[in-house]
Amino acid sequence: MNALTATDAGLVGCTRCGLVWHQDESHCGRCGAHLHVVNSHGLQAVWAWWIAGLVFYIPANLLPMLVTTTLGHAQKNTIVGGAIELWKHHNYGVALIVFGASIMIPIGKFIAVAYLAITVGNENRRGGAPHLHMLEVVEFIGRWSMIDVFVVAILSALVQLGFVASIHPGPAAASFALSVAFTMLSAQSFDPRLIWRGINREKR
Amino acid sequence: MTGPVFQQDQDLSGLIACPRCDVLHRAEELADGQRARCARCGTVLMWPREGAFLHVVAFSFTGMILMIGAIFFPFLEIAARGLSHKSSIFGVAMAFSDGFLAPLAFAVLTMIVALPIFRFAALIYTLWPLANGRPAYRHAATAFRLVQELQPWAMAEIFIIGTAVALVKIGGLATVSLGPAFWAFCVLIIVIALKNSFVSDWTIWKAIGQK
Ligand SMILES: [Zn+2]
Ligand SMILES: [Zn+2]
Repeated sequence: MNALTATDAGLVGCTRCGLVWHQDESHCGRCGAHLHVVNSHGLQAVWAWWIAGLVFYIPANLLPMLVTTTLGHAQKNTIVGGAIELWKHHNYGVALIVFGASIMIPIGKFIAVAYLAITVGNENRRGGAPHLHMLEVVEFIGRWSMIDVFVVAILSALVQLGFVASIHPGPAAASFALSVAFTMLSAQSFDPRLIWRGINREKR
Repeated sequence: MTGPVFQQDQDLSGLIACPRCDVLHRAEELADGQRARCARCGTVLMWPREGAFLHVVAFSFTGMILMIGAIFFPFLEIAARGLSHKSSIFGVAMAFSDGFLAPLAFAVLTMIVALPIFRFAALIYTLWPLANGRPAYRHAATAFRLVQELQPWAMAEIFIIGTAVALVKIGGLATVSLGPAFWAFCVLIIVIALKNSFVSDWTIWKAIGQK
């Protein structure tokens, strides 16, 4: 489909409110957003946040997420360990929620964002709608990984019964929260206009 | 470069560039409730609705009251072997407050309490004069921009699902009872969902831009 884009017309569209400006304007006169023409420089930010997210994702899985003390006996659980524990106690549904939010969604997100960033500029692509949908799914679903951090917070706040039972957060809680935040920033830095425009066309 | 050349002095206010894919559209007056989608990627560009601003203000106001209630009332109570412990939402965030996890406590409190409240307040500030047909207050553009930018970081609804998971985890260990703040939070989730699906951003920006 050959639709006329703002860039082709020598203009720049505001990515926040949609208003169109001449390319010599630097800020949108209506919403104040910074105006930028479509270019692949933004991909550097995507990759920087992506790597930061991955770096923090590794300790998040290796270190303990929860430290449970029951009658003087301490037990440390990692993210995967917590999900397995739930499964063993026959809480299958909740085990799947935890597994999905803490393992499947983050890994799926790393793959999806990397795929989007790598395929930018692939001129053989047929239309961009599936790629935009992929980005929208990542944006929508990525925040849900934060569930496990909240679970740890609620458990640690609530289960303070002294010797009987107490729960404390482990260091993985912080690195997991940072990993989720960084991957959210990575997806947000991706300019969807690049899906259609590509890198090659921009250099013309 | 292809396409028509736009002169430096030409009026561009009748055009919309799709924020997602950059395709140019002419902004036409739509009938009430009609939706305009981008011809290439299908993103909703315009969706004017009669009375929508007032609805959003009403929802935001309800949301803010629920949120304030949710902070001050007990959230969950746990009991085991004669011992019991109550926690408010504030207490949940403060679970991380000792040692190197302290910044996380701040982040959690921001995501589940501060950002939702701020977004409600900024929406009311932006839309109240517009709903009454008056020009926007000063800095309304900044306020609404923050509403949009902070949206992914306001995580009240995710927090509620987290609560459900936590309750199942405690299940075998102790008895848990739900406080009024828990129910306030549940209603809040519905209010947020309704509010978000009520009006297109373009319609709000257009109203802010009208002097
Ligand atoms: Zn703008
Ligand atoms: Zn579009």
